[in-house]
Amino acid sequence: MAGLVARDVSVTYAGVGRATEALSGLDLAVADGEPVALIGPSGCGKSTLLLLASGLLAPCAGDIAVGGEPVRGPRLSTALILQDFGLLPWKTVLHNAALGLEVRGVGRVERRERVAASLARVGLAEFADAYPGELSGGMRQRLALARALALDADLLLMDEPLSSLDALTREDLQDLLLELWRQRGHTSVLVTHSIEEAVFLGRRVIVLSPRPGRVTAVVDNPRMGETGYRETAEFYERCAELRRLLAAEGALGPDAGPARPGPAEEGAHPATACAPEASS
Amino acid sequence: MTGWRRKAVGYAGATVALLVIWQLGSLAVDSRALPGPVPALAAFAGSFATELWPHLVSSSWRVLAAMTLGTVLAVPLGLLVGRSPRADAVFAPLIFLVYPIPKVVFLPVLLVLLGLGDASKIVLITLIVFFQLLVTARDAARAIPPGSVLSVRSLGAGRADVFRHVVVPAALPDIFTALRIGTGTAVAVLFLSESIGGRLGLGYYIVDAWGRLAYDAMFAGILAMALLGVALYELLELAEGRLCRWTRVGR
Ligand SMILES: Nc1ncnc2c1ncn2[C@@H]1O[C@H](COP(=O)(O)OP(=O)(O)OP(=O)(O)O)[C@@H](O)[C@H]1O
Ligand SMILES: [Mg+2]
Repeated sequence: MAGLVARDVSVTYAGVGRATEALSGLDLAVADGEPVALIGPSGCGKSTLLLLASGLLAPCAGDIAVGGEPVRGPRLSTALILQDFGLLPWKTVLHNAALGLEVRGVGRVERRERVAASLARVGLAEFADAYPGELSGGMRQRLALARALALDADLLLMDEPLSSLDALTREDLQDLLLELWRQRGHTSVLVTHSIEEAVFLGRRVIVLSPRPGRVTAVVDNPRMGETGYRETAEFYERCAELRRLLAAEGALGPDAGPARPGPAEEGAHPATACAPEASS
Repeated sequence: MTGWRRKAVGYAGATVALLVIWQLGSLAVDSRALPGPVPALAAFAGSFATELWPHLVSSSWRVLAAMTLGTVLAVPLGLLVGRSPRADAVFAPLIFLVYPIPKVVFLPVLLVLLGLGDASKIVLITLIVFFQLLVTARDAARAIPPGSVLSVRSLGAGRADVFRHVVVPAALPDIFTALRIGTGTAVAVLFLSESIGGRLGLGYYIVDAWGRLAYDAMFAGILAMALLGVALYELLELAEGRLCRWTRVGR
């Protein structure tokens, strides 16, 4: 059971010189086993939302729950792929992929087995002894995916995991993500800037407003996951619909809404200028 | 092993170049105080097993003990202070006040308190290495990209895991740099402290030979001290190569 529910969630970063309201009154529900895609303008709080869902950041207001339980810290069966992949340059491919299991106290033998399987799954088996600095961009993204896979998580949070790839590699990895979801049936939240990717990998596509982020539209995409969906007319239609929605939002622009002069203090919640949790 | 061969050739070339410069320098200066490499090396070879050896052993032990002690004390504290705002609030002002004070001025105090033996020298060098490494480790720990920490925490890592998997390895290259720079300072301070107090150590040997106008012996001592510095540096280089393999990626 790993459905994700966000209720009236707001986050304001204290920042160094100025406070930034990243999310404001966001509501979202993702059913157990449902794959959704999250799309929205840059800086609208998508990464912030994933940090909340993974338990690395506490909301200033509102509630986050996974599998019916309020999120209070990192949850053992949630896997998060950060926007910069979060690989450690000083660890080899094998040790990077095994890191989650190591931290969880999984024994060496089982660790080797599970990691070998997940590296093979993403086609990195022969690079086990390389360092991340020796991998191409696409290989790094696959490594981040392998690390998440090794955890055998029921909630997979991915922050633009396929950005900066050429079109072919990208479709390759999209196919891999789809296949993995079909096999494992995990709840999946994919943040992306690509309309086609959102439609290919999201049974629902959630559109966020410019900062501070709220859900402005939801595109239902029931045929997602069918073989050959990418070539159908319906796929193009969904993409066109999504493009229209995003364009309309762009036309609205960040300044067209109610004026927000001073950040933070205007919000509905009196104590919104809260800082993210202290690091380490 | 072409890397090793290239390194050996490089060292041989540099040694030859240094010997040539030394020879030319001693010819140009034409003073008994700067003997050429031939008499100096002869004196070095002649006295090494008999006179020089105990002094070299004593000096090596002092500088090794002090650098180890300084590192073991400073690195954990520096990393901790760098990662914890609360600890930093307590320690940072202290560090900033004490770091710029030249610790070497405490040599007379230490000589009075701890005597002319090993202790005063080891404590002085430890003190200097300690502060250099403390400042480096703190800065390195503060400079760690938050993404690395977040990614490990998202995997369920606690504080100890973050230190083990992120903070320590991320700071290691900076710590090695500080240590290598520190060897220069450590050997210099070793020379000073040995030349002022005691009757053992290369510093004493060099100054004693100087006083006896035994310039060839003096140069044998200088050579031994130089070798000590080079050996320390190479030792660190070796350890860094072992422990920081990933820094060679892409070179
Ligand atoms: N640690 C932080 N401190 C201060 N402000 C932050 C921090 N992290 C994010 N922000 C701000 O919060 C807002 C939302 O950031 P977030 O990273 O969630 O956006 P995003 O939707 O993921 O953007 P992108 O698509 O460009 O990745 C941005 O305006 C950003 O400036
Ligand atoms: Mg982002």
